[in-house]
Amino acid sequence: MIGNISLNSFLAISTLMFFIGIYGFLTRRNLITMLMSIELILNSVNINFVVFNRFLYPNQLQGHFFSLIVIAVAASEAAVAIAIIINIYRNFKSIDVENLDQMKF
Amino acid sequence: MTLSDIIFYLFVGSILTFSVLTVTSRRILRSAVYLLFVLVSTAGLYFMLNYNFLAAVQLTVYAGGIIVLIIFSILLTSHVSEKAVVAPVRQQIFSALAVAAGAVLTLMTIFKFGFTPATSPAIDSNVQNVGRALVSYGRDGYALPFEVISILLLAAMVGAIVLAKKEKHLETTDTKSNN
Repeated sequence: MIGNISLNSFLAISTLMFFIGIYGFLTRRNLITMLMSIELILNSVNINFVVFNRFLYPNQLQGHFFSLIVIAVAASEAAVAIAIIINIYRNFKSIDVENLDQMKF
Repeated sequence: MTLSDIIFYLFVGSILTFSVLTVTSRRILRSAVYLLFVLVSTAGLYFMLNYNFLAAVQLTVYAGGIIVLIIFSILLTSHVSEKAVVAPVRQQIFSALAVAAGAVLTLMTIFKFGFTPATSPAIDSNVQNVGRALVSYGRDGYALPFEVISILLLAAMVGAIVLAKKEKHLETTDTKSNN
């Protein structure tokens, strides 16, 4: 099903997705949108693992399982992060990082 | 140009467009939906690579679980018509420059590096093999990571419940003092 698509084109798309995620993380001011940028970054790393597994070591499944575990970690991270965000919203009535400076000295 | 090429470039195009829209859209709910499209296209890439189980997990956990969680929290914490605050233009320009520099550097490294193509025959990644590898503890078995991840999920679940729970005592004293 891959045809003659090269490894490099998969790596290029995952690189671009990673840096788009970093751009979002740097410019966003809302905690939830920053969390979404992190999801983008994790997803691009997953693509990398899977593609290396398929193109370079197709006789094993290590990259495949690493991606599975990254997906599980991303899910638990999202759950805890959203619990924290809801708690922050309850205390400060806002989830913009500009307003969260209570612990600054 | 074969059919698989066309499908691949369709997925690539949708991934790039929707990821840019995810990080630039001013409306938070819309950017969550764009993120959903990115994740679904990634699942399409996994299907192309013939990892069907991973693609199914991507669709159910990411697209089905995490996005729903994010959309719920957006609806709980902000108004639907509310527009997100963005960074000042100066900061946007500098982050774009830094990101472009990093991307160019990484892409140059990738395209210069000669990857040695695989010579060994491919293992069939059907659900039977995946499931057997997940519960076997010998060579090429992943029973330990499987157990560790189940404990991590349990801990995250308990932690999220404890964190998001309302503290009853504080609430009642607050309302009393307000009255």
